[in-house]
Amino acid sequence: MGTSTVDNKKTENKLMVDGREVSFSDEKNLLEVIRKAGIEVPTFCYRPDLTTYGACRMCVVEIDGRGIQTSCTIKPEPGMKVQVNTEKTRKIRKMTVELLLASHDRDCTVCAKSENCDLQDLSKKLGVRDVRFESRKTNLPIDDSNPSIIRDPNKCILCGACVRACREIQGAGCLSFVNRGSEAQVMPAYGKDLREVDCTYCGQCTSVCPTGALRIKSDIDRVWEQLIDKKKKVVVQIAPAVRIATGEAFGLPYGENTLGLITAALRRIGFDAIFDTCFTADLTIMEEATEFIERFKSGENLPLFTSCCPAWVRFLEQRYPDFLKNLSSCKSPQQMFGSVAKKVLIEEFNLNRSNEEQIKKEDIVIVSIMPCTAKKTECRREEFQSEGSRDVDFVLTTQELIRMINEAGIDFRHIEPEHLDSPFGIFSGAGVIFGSSGGVAEAALRTAYEKITGKKIEKVAITEARGLHTVKELTINIEGHDVKVAIVNTLSEAAALLERIKKGEADYHMVEVMACPGGCLGGAGQPPSYKDREIKERRMKGLYDADVHNPIHKSHDNPEIIRLYEKWLEKPNSRTAHELLHTHYKNRKRILGEIISLASAEEGEVVTDVQVCVGTSCYAKGSYNTIDALTKLIKDNGLENRVNIKATFCMEQCSKGPSLVIDGEAFTEATSKKMEQIFRDKILSKYAAKS
Amino acid sequence: MTEMVKADLKNEVKNAQEYFENTGMRVLICSGTGCVANGAFDIFKKFRELGADVLYKNEDKKITTVKTGCHGFCEQGVFVAIPDLDVIYVKVKADDVEEIIEKTLKNGEILDKFLYEEPKTGQKFKNSAEIDFYKSQTKLVLNNCGKIDPESIEEYVYSRGYEALEKVLKNSTPEQVCEEVLKSGLRGRGGGGFPTGRKWQFVRANDSDKKYVICNADEGDPGAFMDCGIMEGDPHRLLEGMLIAAYAVGSDEGYIYVRAEYPLAVRRLKIAIQQAENRGFLGNNIFGSDFSFKIKIKEGAGAFVCGEETALIASIEGERGMPMPKPPFPAQSGLFDKPTLINNVETFANVPTVILNGADEYKKYGTETSAGTKTFALTGEVNNTGLIEVPLGTTLREIVYNIGGGLRNNKEFKAVQIGGPSGGCLTRDHLDMPLDYESLTKVGAMVGSGGLVAMNADTCIVEVARFFLQFTQSESCGKCIPCREGTKQMLNILEKIVHGDAALKDLDLLEELAEVVKLGSLCGLGKTAPNPVLSTLKYFRDEYLAHIEGKRCPAGVCEALKIISIDSARCVGCSKCTRTCPVEAISGEIRKPFVIDQEKCIKCGACIPVCPVDAISKN
Repeated sequence: MGTSTVDNKKTENKLMVDGREVSFSDEKNLLEVIRKAGIEVPTFCYRPDLTTYGACRMCVVEIDGRGIQTSCTIKPEPGMKVQVNTEKTRKIRKMTVELLLASHDRDCTVCAKSENCDLQDLSKKLGVRDVRFESRKTNLPIDDSNPSIIRDPNKCILCGACVRACREIQGAGCLSFVNRGSEAQVMPAYGKDLREVDCTYCGQCTSVCPTGALRIKSDIDRVWEQLIDKKKKVVVQIAPAVRIATGEAFGLPYGENTLGLITAALRRIGFDAIFDTCFTADLTIMEEATEFIERFKSGENLPLFTSCCPAWVRFLEQRYPDFLKNLSSCKSPQQMFGSVAKKVLIEEFNLNRSNEEQIKKEDIVIVSIMPCTAKKTECRREEFQSEGSRDVDFVLTTQELIRMINEAGIDFRHIEPEHLDSPFGIFSGAGVIFGSSGGVAEAALRTAYEKITGKKIEKVAITEARGLHTVKELTINIEGHDVKVAIVNTLSEAAALLERIKKGEADYHMVEVMACPGGCLGGAGQPPSYKDREIKERRMKGLYDADVHNPIHKSHDNPEIIRLYEKWLEKPNSRTAHELLHTHYKNRKRILGEIISLASAEEGEVVTDVQVCVGTSCYAKGSYNTIDALTKLIKDNGLENRVNIKATFCMEQCSKGPSLVIDGEAFTEATSKKMEQIFRDKILSKYAAKS
Repeated sequence: MTEMVKADLKNEVKNAQEYFENTGMRVLICSGTGCVANGAFDIFKKFRELGADVLYKNEDKKITTVKTGCHGFCEQGVFVAIPDLDVIYVKVKADDVEEIIEKTLKNGEILDKFLYEEPKTGQKFKNSAEIDFYKSQTKLVLNNCGKIDPESIEEYVYSRGYEALEKVLKNSTPEQVCEEVLKSGLRGRGGGGFPTGRKWQFVRANDSDKKYVICNADEGDPGAFMDCGIMEGDPHRLLEGMLIAAYAVGSDEGYIYVRAEYPLAVRRLKIAIQQAENRGFLGNNIFGSDFSFKIKIKEGAGAFVCGEETALIASIEGERGMPMPKPPFPAQSGLFDKPTLINNVETFANVPTVILNGADEYKKYGTETSAGTKTFALTGEVNNTGLIEVPLGTTLREIVYNIGGGLRNNKEFKAVQIGGPSGGCLTRDHLDMPLDYESLTKVGAMVGSGGLVAMNADTCIVEVARFFLQFTQSESCGKCIPCREGTKQMLNILEKIVHGDAALKDLDLLEELAEVVKLGSLCGLGKTAPNPVLSTLKYFRDEYLAHIEGKRCPAGVCEALKIISIDSARCVGCSKCTRTCPVEAISGEIRKPFVIDQEKCIKCGACIPVCPVDAISKN
């Protein structure tokens, strides 16, 4: 068990790049070796963490005896003689960029990706100053149906990174290639929009996109509106992983903790109160650890699945609803913050205020700054709304925070760091490490151990839970009981784990899942990190360092948390705590499709409404024949203008199809043979009685 | 598990002989796709109806009508051959059947009007030995096509079918089979020309618990139908070739990836597989050996790029047909990541011949480096078009003038496009060049799969290049940028040229771009897409320049470049045209020749029909 790997002795080999000797050992491909030699071979489609695709042809090199090859697809071999910049490779690279620019929506000045765009960057670096080809700019429709992600095919260069990310990282495969030749495009199957597919809103597609073709839906302008409105009290929470990635955009080292700078910037931007999501991360641990202890003792609904990651929750609801009972009923820290803020914070705010100064509930606005695009959709869930208002009103990603800082003209590097506001500004190190894969499990184990044993945990740092591996396993002995924990990041890995659990091949007690590689620190709301694996490593180090530097390491030691329970919540998993901090989930395993009207009744007639399911299972069981039989019966009995027939998708009765509903009454196994009986009893009788 | 059938070739041969003895006099009706389109099945039905009980010359000889594969001479279809009378009837219609039965079959009379007529001399010929189209051909692969019923395993066995398979299973090790094929000099007939035996050795050398053999039958070049002819006319030959290959490389499972646009081929392959399974030629422990092999058919969904081997593999795996960079080569990691042998239909179809007659005998055909024969689909402006087979190294002149019978209406030969959209053009200068792998590559063309389109002086070479580019562009999978965007921009420039809108700098850009597409593309489709442009530019640059600088199409094909002019010798100066012209482009003095101002003319052609003396024409 654990994560220790045997450090194999690497054999060093040598090859020649542009006449200089370069040593290599286990590099995945020639491209990595060349980069090691200090030459930044350009590429649009290569992503170190995804399968090699070899499509953009930008990384071409000339190899002695083998001619022109894409360096991303070639294994380095000892003695290879490689030339990076030859007449031919330069020509291919430059013209490839020129060709892409000719078919690209070149409104770069107003593009959300401007200055962070690989196409823009490489055309600048390669000195493409003229596009000699006819513009093929298209005006294809932009898909903005998804609450988190915008797909703009006019900016797509078909590098396929999103297709691979969605399929390989998340196992979802929501995006694919369609059409041929210059008509080729990336989009969901059957031309559906991104709202209608199994998207978990994780946004990894946007984080690997080299251009503005897939981008995060921005809420900046709406937040500015709230800030400008003097009536509103705008409260902001900062998620753990935001603090170790924001600095990157301002030239600070990867992983540097800039919480103080972020706080100062947010205050200058005009937020009224600035708090930390780490505080509600601590609160989550209080609830989740208690929930875990109960389940562990009773042996029910194990393993317990963490529920902080909204993409993971969505994934379970859509793909594995049978496992929903395993999911912790705790809201995510973001949503706990929202509900606590709107119930408790408002009262605390008003405590020492005169009657005129009292803040009204409708004037409090909760904004989150998250490393995550799925949080934008999470806050829209109906479970997280009451009386028409959301617990969390707006979610900004780290990238949007960076843009707001720039929009406000703040010199981020040179402002004085400032402190968070109270009361939700105090947090433990356990809350900070939520931003890393393994952090939630580690934080929960620290608390669970002490709660069960009543003893102090010897070693706070549970190192087996740490690191960028997609699967980590650990066993911790609590009072003679082995607690088996699995920590997984990426949903494709999660799916594999669920399959193992299903087959009885895994007997964990607790499973932590984060959808994004490395956890929230690799979230799609963060500045892109695909170019260098080291970025994620440094961010991770930044989070664990913050734990080390924090005097409090356990959520239950957080004095503000203790006070919150004393004053408001009684104890973990109390009735109040349940009302405020817990939620429920829903089976969403169905096809969302438009209802198709097949026949419409005339107005003024006595109308019968029939809905027939044409989902995959019912279709296979003959629902089309049912429709045919029904149509014929209606016609034969002269009822053409009196019956509405609609084809619908999935009534969740798949095993008993074909399903149909007549005037609200459901019928299963309604085959064409049975249709006559149903028709006579439920439709014909209605009209016979009338006449 | 189905019951194991043990193949017994001796018994099969005996059965086949009996079968043949009972067929009596065979009337062969070509049922290749071309002839089927011309009504071959109706003719067959009519023969069966009217000739069921007919006896030859009312003697004891029974008549049997047989559907065969393609005879090759498609434009003369429907073919009806009666080998016993040594006669071939061409252009037969269903209505002719009664007359043929009455006169030829009942009375032995040879009907002159159904004989092939040489277009130049008007001379009539009775059989293939006399007809030019057949005289210069050498049929190894197509040997059975047109002679046997492709839906009958007995007929294949009677023609020494499955003898080669038995020979290798009984007498040779897999290594020896690879060696023999290598020695024969057989090279890939799908385009690349890689030595087949070498490829087999590579797959053989890769250790794996599972290996696959794939037959690439996704013949997609416009105007190519060689593989189609083989599969429709002699499907068992393909199966036998695959079986031998599978034994040689150590595979137990094969796929035939055939385009769904070949329904007849698919049907006949399915029948052949069923028959071979029933007789134990396919299945477990074939001929009592340790060797087992099964074949599945996978129908392609109509993407040209799936002819590229890695895209084809992706397609079989259920993915979108998009090529992958090589290495790894399919021989290392192919279908389902297992070592995979992919050969084209014609390559496999050569294998039984190589084995049966031996490598040395096979090498006698063709040239030193290009052994054997090659099938070509000869189309375009020659007198005789169809499916042909010649030894590699045959000159273009022999094909165009002897087999093809020269150009239609005695027009001047201009060029042939060889190898389809991936190939290049050959001109008069190449008429005496031997058609083999090396010679063709040297002049910027390729054997390719074997399309040969003959062109005369009336063909606009720029338009030909544009046509092929349009094809490759719309068939590009869109994966790599040089192919997806590059071919589209090449097409744009070619369109500008044929519309007379291009400047000289466009031609420079076209050449620069063609070079990048060729060098930079991921797969063979993109790498060869510029070939039609590059080779026509090499040999017919003047014609491009005429379009660009002179705004003129020398062949008179490009509509946008045609001009309307008045023949001053004919014009009587009546001014009718002036009154019709919508843009006042025509002027002149009454009773003197009128002229058209080309700057103003919009080429609407309204003036042409109103001229009483036909003095106005568009050219």
